[in-house]
Amino acid sequence: MSTAIHDIGYRHYDGPRLGRSHVARSLYLYNLRAVFGLGRGVRAKLIPLALAAFMILPAAGDIAVLSFTKTPEALIDYTMYAIYLQPIIAIFLATQAPVIASRDLRFRTVPLYFSRPVETTDFVLAKFAAFVTALLALMAVPVTLLHLGFLAVRGSMVDAGAPDVPSVADQSVYYLAALAGCLLFALVLSSFALLIATYTPRRGFGVAAVMAVYLISNVVVLIVQGASISNGNYDLAGWAGLFTPFNLVDGVQARLLGGDLGVRSGAAAPAGSGPVFLLACLAVVGVSLLLLMKRFRKAGA
Amino acid sequence: MNTTIAYITFRGMLGRRRALLLFFLPAILILLALALRLTGNDTQDDGAAILWTFGLAVLLPLLSLIAGTGVIGPEIDDGQIMYVLTKPISRTSVIVTKYLCAVVLIVAFAVLPLWLAGAIMLGPDSDLPWAFAVGAFLGGLAYCSIFTALAVATRQAVTVGLIYALVWESLLGNFAPGTQTLSVQQWALTVVDRLTSSSTITASVGLPLSAVLLVLVTAAGLALATARLRTLTLASAD
Repeated sequence: MSTAIHDIGYRHYDGPRLGRSHVARSLYLYNLRAVFGLGRGVRAKLIPLALAAFMILPAAGDIAVLSFTKTPEALIDYTMYAIYLQPIIAIFLATQAPVIASRDLRFRTVPLYFSRPVETTDFVLAKFAAFVTALLALMAVPVTLLHLGFLAVRGSMVDAGAPDVPSVADQSVYYLAALAGCLLFALVLSSFALLIATYTPRRGFGVAAVMAVYLISNVVVLIVQGASISNGNYDLAGWAGLFTPFNLVDGVQARLLGGDLGVRSGAAAPAGSGPVFLLACLAVVGVSLLLLMKRFRKAGA
Repeated sequence: MNTTIAYITFRGMLGRRRALLLFFLPAILILLALALRLTGNDTQDDGAAILWTFGLAVLLPLLSLIAGTGVIGPEIDDGQIMYVLTKPISRTSVIVTKYLCAVVLIVAFAVLPLWLAGAIMLGPDSDLPWAFAVGAFLGGLAYCSIFTALAVATRQAVTVGLIYALVWESLLGNFAPGTQTLSVQQWALTVVDRLTSSSTITASVGLPLSAVLLVLVTAAGLALATARLRTLTLASAD
């Protein structure tokens, strides 16, 4: 017989132990599925999938228009796509960030995770990476569709004698720059939304709080920009963009990623401000991640 | 009207951290108005623009959403509403009390700050701040009713309300002007347009239609909320 007094004869687990990376990967996959409501009821799927469809709709419509008019101007500027559709992205952000960040806090399940060999860092990074992936997909898929549509229609545009058709190489480089812009959007937007959602765990309040921060910062910046443009102070108008998430990333797109300045109004980021906007983006992501770790460490203790 | 329910509702809305959001949003409006005044951007047009784009289009729907769903949503969510429903209080009384609480919150955190911001920008003699305060109050009555009904009807009330306020009123309103006929914001703007002598505000919906729709929507929202509360089933978590 066994010598240990606690051993009452249950079988031990002697199967394979999959380790930390497997845990992190499982958490990532679980959270990614949760964003789109996969593995849940119809109600949880309805809003994210409807918003994703809404994101694709204008791109599909634009390609149809492009194939009829055969003028390059009909193509939506790749780096402006997220800007034009920011209400849809903001709603996705506000409704789905609490799914990832608030539920475990609301139902107090975080300590259960941390009673297993899961590091806080892995837990938070898995959530963050999953949300970034979801947002990236939300924005990059329609932009990719636009580019594929352009490539398909380009030949007939040239045949129709449309002026100033961009070359395949130029447009593809611009497409890659736009993808980098989408990634930066995904990083910045998800970090600020997840952070706000972790501090408002009650149902509904997280959604309202994320939306409030987006809407209020947006309208304040718009009013400040309007006032400074009517005073002729275009630099101040550009710098004001630092204080609202979409303009913050767009400053990097406009100045470092070769975004078309013609389609941006007078309030585009001022010349030479690109590095500042990029640093501000990275600071938002870094500080948010640190605070997220702190929040979940406290909740799991 | 039931004072105990009102007391509990106010304690739930104004206690703890949630109240910060309520204080924070109007504070930004007033600070912005002060900043614009001090930098000399305080013409009639600037004042009307900030009261409309910030006050009526963002602050009012957002606070109505927080107040309208917040007075009843969390209680249904965590099942505490059962302690109210098992008392001999009519469902109408419960809904009316909750609704009036939301309206009081709206007046305190949206209508008064809107008037104050207007007065800071344009001085106390202008009729724009008054017009906007009355318009925001009437719009707030309708918004709160809609959002209270939503909070009783669905657990995703905040999301549905946001989609209405953002996609229907703002996004579609810009592309398809026909949708503006069914927009609380436009009805409120009609009232503002009628009450001010300033020509900076032009509404797209007629006054009689706006007034009728405002009353109708408010009444329908309250009736729907009461009817839903009669047959409420408490579901499990999402």
